[in-house]
Amino acid sequence: MNYSLIILIPLIPLAVFLVLGLLNRKIGPAVSGLIGVSGILLSTVLSFYTAYQYFGVVGKVSGAYPTLVESVVWMNFTDTLRIDMGVLIDPISVMMLIVVSTVSLMVHIYSRGYMKGDEGYTRFFSFLSLFTFSMFGLVLATNLFQIYIFWELVGVSSYLLIGYYYTKESAVAAAKKAFIVTRFADLGFLIGILLIGYYTGTYDFGALNDPGGAILSNWAPASFMGLSVLTWGLILIFIGGAGKSAMFPLHIWLPDAMEGPTPVSALIHAATMVVAGVFLVARLFPMYFFVEDGFALQIVAFVGAFSALFAAVIALTQTDIKRVLAYSTMSQLGYMMLALGVSGYEGSEGLGYMSSMFHLFTHAMFKALLFLCAGSVIHAVHSNELKDMGQLRKYMPVTHISFLIAALAIAGIPPFAGFWSKDEILVAVFEHNTFLYGIGILVAGLTAIYIFRIYFGIFWGKNKAYEHSPHESPSSMTFPLVVLAVLSATVGFIPFSSFISPDRTGFEGHIDIPMAIVAVAVALLGLGVAWILYKKESEMVSRLTDRLGVLYTWAHQKFYVDELYLFVTKNILFKGIAAGAAWFDRNIVDGTMNLIGNSTVVLSRKIKGMQSGRVQDYAMAFVSGTVLLAILFIYLWTS
Amino acid sequence: MDILSLFIVFPLLTVLVLLGAKSLKQARLIALAGTIVQVGMSVNLLFAYLRERSVNDEIMLFTRDLVWFKDFNIHYSIGVDGISVALLILTSLVVLAGVFISWKMEELPREFFISLIVLSTGVYGFFISLDLFLMFVFFEIAVIPMFLLIGIWGSGPREYAAMKLTLMLMGASAILLVGILGIYFNSGADGGPLTFNILEIAKVQIPVEAQKLFFPLTFIGFAVIGALFPFHTWSPDGHASAPTAVSMLHAGVLMKLGGYGVFRVAMYLMPEGTLHWSWFFIVLAAFGVIYGAFAAIRQTDLKYINAYSSVSHLGLVLFALLMLNKTAWNGAIIQSLSHGFMTALFFALIGMIYERTHTRDVTRLGGLLKVIPFISATYVIGGLASLGLPGFSGFVAEMNIFVGAFQHPEISYRIASIFAVSAIVVTAVYILRVVGMMLMGPLKENSLTPMERATWYEKAGIFLMLLPIIGIGVAPLWLSEMILQSIQPFIQGVL
Repeated sequence: MNYSLIILIPLIPLAVFLVLGLLNRKIGPAVSGLIGVSGILLSTVLSFYTAYQYFGVVGKVSGAYPTLVESVVWMNFTDTLRIDMGVLIDPISVMMLIVVSTVSLMVHIYSRGYMKGDEGYTRFFSFLSLFTFSMFGLVLATNLFQIYIFWELVGVSSYLLIGYYYTKESAVAAAKKAFIVTRFADLGFLIGILLIGYYTGTYDFGALNDPGGAILSNWAPASFMGLSVLTWGLILIFIGGAGKSAMFPLHIWLPDAMEGPTPVSALIHAATMVVAGVFLVARLFPMYFFVEDGFALQIVAFVGAFSALFAAVIALTQTDIKRVLAYSTMSQLGYMMLALGVSGYEGSEGLGYMSSMFHLFTHAMFKALLFLCAGSVIHAVHSNELKDMGQLRKYMPVTHISFLIAALAIAGIPPFAGFWSKDEILVAVFEHNTFLYGIGILVAGLTAIYIFRIYFGIFWGKNKAYEHSPHESPSSMTFPLVVLAVLSATVGFIPFSSFISPDRTGFEGHIDIPMAIVAVAVALLGLGVAWILYKKESEMVSRLTDRLGVLYTWAHQKFYVDELYLFVTKNILFKGIAAGAAWFDRNIVDGTMNLIGNSTVVLSRKIKGMQSGRVQDYAMAFVSGTVLLAILFIYLWTS
Repeated sequence: MDILSLFIVFPLLTVLVLLGAKSLKQARLIALAGTIVQVGMSVNLLFAYLRERSVNDEIMLFTRDLVWFKDFNIHYSIGVDGISVALLILTSLVVLAGVFISWKMEELPREFFISLIVLSTGVYGFFISLDLFLMFVFFEIAVIPMFLLIGIWGSGPREYAAMKLTLMLMGASAILLVGILGIYFNSGADGGPLTFNILEIAKVQIPVEAQKLFFPLTFIGFAVIGALFPFHTWSPDGHASAPTAVSMLHAGVLMKLGGYGVFRVAMYLMPEGTLHWSWFFIVLAAFGVIYGAFAAIRQTDLKYINAYSSVSHLGLVLFALLMLNKTAWNGAIIQSLSHGFMTALFFALIGMIYERTHTRDVTRLGGLLKVIPFISATYVIGGLASLGLPGFSGFVAEMNIFVGAFQHPEISYRIASIFAVSAIVVTAVYILRVVGMMLMGPLKENSLTPMERATWYEKAGIFLMLLPIIGIGVAPLWLSEMILQSIQPFIQGVL
């Protein structure tokens, strides 16, 4: 492997960021777009080259794909603990390089059309490059602290891009919310790192993940409340992952993050950054699996399954198409977490892990495509709301077909990409736990309904009179759609299982026919329901929502989770603690200081009065003092 | 003239030249030239130090010792290690930036720059002193000009603020003096002569009972200027009234004397006292970290926000020092530097914003990124640095502190650490609140009039602060190794 080429993959976007950031006002949009696209193009070429080198040239070493590491010391903490900066090449990091570079390249190309004429064009591209750099750094991380560093950096890029339209109050609020909610989750991540670092004496993935190593064979150096401290560490780290990957109940920032420009939603909030949490669990998978017989992994599975269902239900009721897609993302991320949570370790038992990564890969393609199509639609009708859309297939054929392919893919209809990965997930879950499988298959049905609900709503549905007749987007925007549509249709055929498995040996994958039939039948059922309800404008929808009553209202209001958060932050943290601290400081702490100061002044005024300057007063004091002393003296003398 | 005494003599020479200045132009040129030379001197000292360090493993380098007052064994005794060198660089850079920021100081410019430079002399002297008495004298030299600077050039209730600040710091000095004298009178415990020399006293075992008595006095005496809760209230009022450059210097440099003194004097000379009292002060410091951050959330005056933010960030310094291991100490020193640059940057930016909008009330500002993009973008970067984003110095400092704090074997210390770590969330809240209200969002009344873009001298001041923040944040290794190396003898002394 040629490390100096691999290191260029993140460094090129970093250079682009610095150049565009520093020359922000001096270069025109044409130049900055060109610099941005050519930079990421180079990184993409290098990523594919790396993948070829790794899987093709290096290949398996004694039966398993090797983990290749190259790093330098960045900072020393103690004699054993330090932060390294470097690259770690193994099957999942190579896969992530492909995902991040491909989607980022498509989004860069698309943005040249989408952001045309925007005054912050250069700023947009520089932030996009900052994000791409950080994401590459994250997937290549060799140790917990490096991943944390880039984790924070993707977070801040996300903040800057959500708040891209910074004079818009809702965008500012959404950016702030995204940063603070994920920061809260990162607090868990950080404490988890500190705990694990303290008890194992290393942050290095190689040492932490070694199944035969000292750490995993003695996973309980100490225990706390009945669980190993390492389990606590892993749970805390998962909180960080759940924050980034929008797992319940830390998901509330993701729908609001849709305030950012749509290409950003495609890249960051659908395809790459939000899968960082899944990637994190996968990165530490041997630890999750072996420590305390996978106790923490059970939590991952249940949180994932619940989030998948929870989000799918909300997605059914939203009217903003980007928000539907956001909840859909949350739901699919739940699938990935669920699959990781039920996975075994050796050989084909690692099906869950493999299918999770597979789904991450296919989802990145079709979800990015869905968002870019949505962007194309929004570009045409200048609204995010379903009510402003209808019959668009007549005006936007390329967008329509691309969206349809992506919708079929996410619904799990063969032979599109989502079918293959979702099927593997369901098989893995079924082998592990039938209850979770029930949730999984239910979510599969709901997925088909909500995605075809918006598909029909946008491209079929009511005949809408448009003020300006909508038209297809320019080729800079449709080109990425076509590329991603081709990928969404075909990447399912990649024999993923021979490349990726927890023990890195790979195994023979196969399709479980009965399981596949059930899954496809459910998906088709969902599609049928959506067809009946939404293909033409119909009364049935409103009758149905009336019938559901409270259930519908709750789902529509996102189960009031936001309101709950608002109550806690506004009333308890802000009005209670923060205002309390401010008041306490001004009145009690400072009051005490002022009291000391003032009483000194008052006292001095009193004493000052004695120095009147009149001789009679001094004489009086002198005489009475002498008399007092004399009395005292006599008293002491006689007793 | 030795390389260190120059740090005291040269500023005083600058002051003498300044006395002859006739106008603002002359005064600021002399001050600029003088402070640029100071930066040159401190950078030169850094290289000289690194060179000397590779061949010399004494605790203190470039030492010099002259008898000052024989009867009490008071010496003019100076010397530096990596920690003091780093702090000297910080001081010289902040003073230079302060001169840039005061480029348009119309009111009594000569006297203003003289006070500024006298103050910096006190700080330099403090950082190079090895004699407790000398150190105390320099401490006072640094504090007194503050009264004039706020009282004469300040704004708002400046007399009140100046008085409050000076009285609280003087009160602390009085306590500190008792502590120092306590150390002095016990320095002969091994039968030797009484001495003020830090290195000499460190070799002596001060009686444990005396340590238990004088440690808290010395600690509090220093910690008041380090804004330890609940002795921090001079800071918000003082900063709000102080002119920009004074706030920069005060928060950026002067407040660092606290942590430095605690480390160099209280903890180094009284290890038993430290162990005995550490839990008590850890509770205060950890509480201050969270408390300052929460109090900052509710403020609307930019200077108050920054002042409470300092209470939180500097609480972390004292917290880390009390964790008694080299990782946390390293973090404490880097946090001192990092906070120095960040807070000076913030005060500079607040001054610039105030000059243009005539308000420091965040609720009355909005959309400044559109109007003054350079200043606003720098504010965002400073904010991100302040909330501990990787790539900036704050992250390096905080991670050293947190990892170090977690190395403490006692579980209760780790619980206190978790408490302190959670400040990273609260900090994000108050920083992003200001960024969201003031820099982003729709334009408000105060932002509507066209404003002057950042001038060259303002940019110069900004870059002087920003570059070290990024430099330490991106490549922390050399700095942290230099500090770790200097911490080594202290670790052996205390533990």
